[in-house]
Amino acid sequence: MSFFGFGQSADIDIILNDAETRKKAEHKSEDGKKDKYFLFYDGETVSGKVNVTLKYPGKRLEHSGIKVEFIGQIELYYDRGNRHEFVSLVKDLARPGELTQSQTFDFEFTHVEKPYESYTGQNVKLRYFLRATVGQRLNDISKEKDIVVHTLSTYPELNSSIKMEVGIEDCLHIEFEYNKSKYHLKDVIVGKIYFLLVRIKIKHMELDIIRRETTGTGPSVYHENDTIAKYEIMDGAPVRGESIPIRLFLAGYEMTPTMRDVNKKFSVRYYLNLVLVDEEERRYFKQQEITLWRKGDVVRKSTSHHSVIASQRFEGSSNPDKSGCQSNEDHES
Amino acid sequence: MSEPAVADTRRLNSKPQDLMDAYGPPSNFLEIDVYDPQIVGVGRNRYTTYEVRMRTNLPIFKLKDSCVRRRYSDFEWLKNELERDSKIVVPPLPGKALKRQLPFRGDEGLFEESFIEERRLGLEQFINRIAGHPLAQNERCLHMFLQEESIDRNYIPGKV
Repeated sequence: MSFFGFGQSADIDIILNDAETRKKAEHKSEDGKKDKYFLFYDGETVSGKVNVTLKYPGKRLEHSGIKVEFIGQIELYYDRGNRHEFVSLVKDLARPGELTQSQTFDFEFTHVEKPYESYTGQNVKLRYFLRATVGQRLNDISKEKDIVVHTLSTYPELNSSIKMEVGIEDCLHIEFEYNKSKYHLKDVIVGKIYFLLVRIKIKHMELDIIRRETTGTGPSVYHENDTIAKYEIMDGAPVRGESIPIRLFLAGYEMTPTMRDVNKKFSVRYYLNLVLVDEEERRYFKQQEITLWRKGDVVRKSTSHHSVIASQRFEGSSNPDKSGCQSNEDHES
Repeated sequence: MSEPAVADTRRLNSKPQDLMDAYGPPSNFLEIDVYDPQIVGVGRNRYTTYEVRMRTNLPIFKLKDSCVRRRYSDFEWLKNELERDSKIVVPPLPGKALKRQLPFRGDEGLFEESFIEERRLGLEQFINRIAGHPLAQNERCLHMFLQEESIDRNYIPGKV
């Protein structure tokens, strides 16, 4: 091996077999930049080719083995030395020897388990990636290729509404209701706030969505709260008996599914925070956890079915389930 | 359950509002005026008192209309009591103006009209903010300050 910079080196490229057809998903990196990565689901096969291109054609490249790995890893920012791998698969592509020319190696990781969703947060990162390595005596030549994994769920069997009466004795009593406790990422939160007793001067009311990322276990648990959305639902002072509606569309906000105790390393939970502010800027609030889940995209089998529903919504015709009830209940003057 | 093609965003059911509730007087009426500054005493022992008038329909206050005379140090006493006993963050009082009490000033010092007006305004803001706080409304010292003729500094602190 030469010490004067004329030694042979190589560039590695990892290319997926289904790069043309596979969908990409946007994912924010640690520094906040958004990028697109190939999207995979649990159980899917990850296959492709590793291209090793020699820098100086004609010269040999000695190596101690060529391999490709599929890795799922959790990295805590405050403890970067200890990256925890929960998925680690290896495929050897070449035994120790030498390359006389640029070469391409095929690989396939069949039906890979991807139990968790990719997540880049404030204090922790969970990522999946392919890493191809050409072993060298001093420094290995390697290349990583990140992919994004989404975990899908279906409509939960049990999805009760959240309904509660809260307040401060003799000052403020409200009853709040949210139509579900589990919402998918493109769902709508439909609810209402009913005022039972109002003895303070309220200025406005808002509904906030808060994400709480919990990292660490035992005595060193750390919570990081992040307000994702603030949505004003009432401006002005309500009186007893008034009912304020809530209709909050979640698709407009960047959220992930609820992640509970992922590999015993971290959790990501979401809370609805109902905040009332009085004229002296005093805040009264009630926080309630909701579960978020990711729904798979539905492939529409027939376009006529879709257009029938669309026309019902806008023209208010035939279907009693969707349009009839609205006019019956409409007694707000 | 078949998946709806368009999200169901209809309002939840709610009872119609009682007309009395909708158009009746609000149950959160609380107004305190600090006005009519009077200078009491002679010579070096003069001080200013203010009329503190409270009108309210909150049931926690015994009198719906009360009127008392208070001086700056009474407001200081109230602030200290609340800071000690209640868990609230007590808003600031207007300044103590110690400099105005020194001799050889070009103006009337503590009894300068503009100063009294500034202080009156500050005291009014202070007492309105405190009296509206649900936690302060539980303290005996607040009720004594607003509704009893004189403040008994030897009272037993506690909750209403």
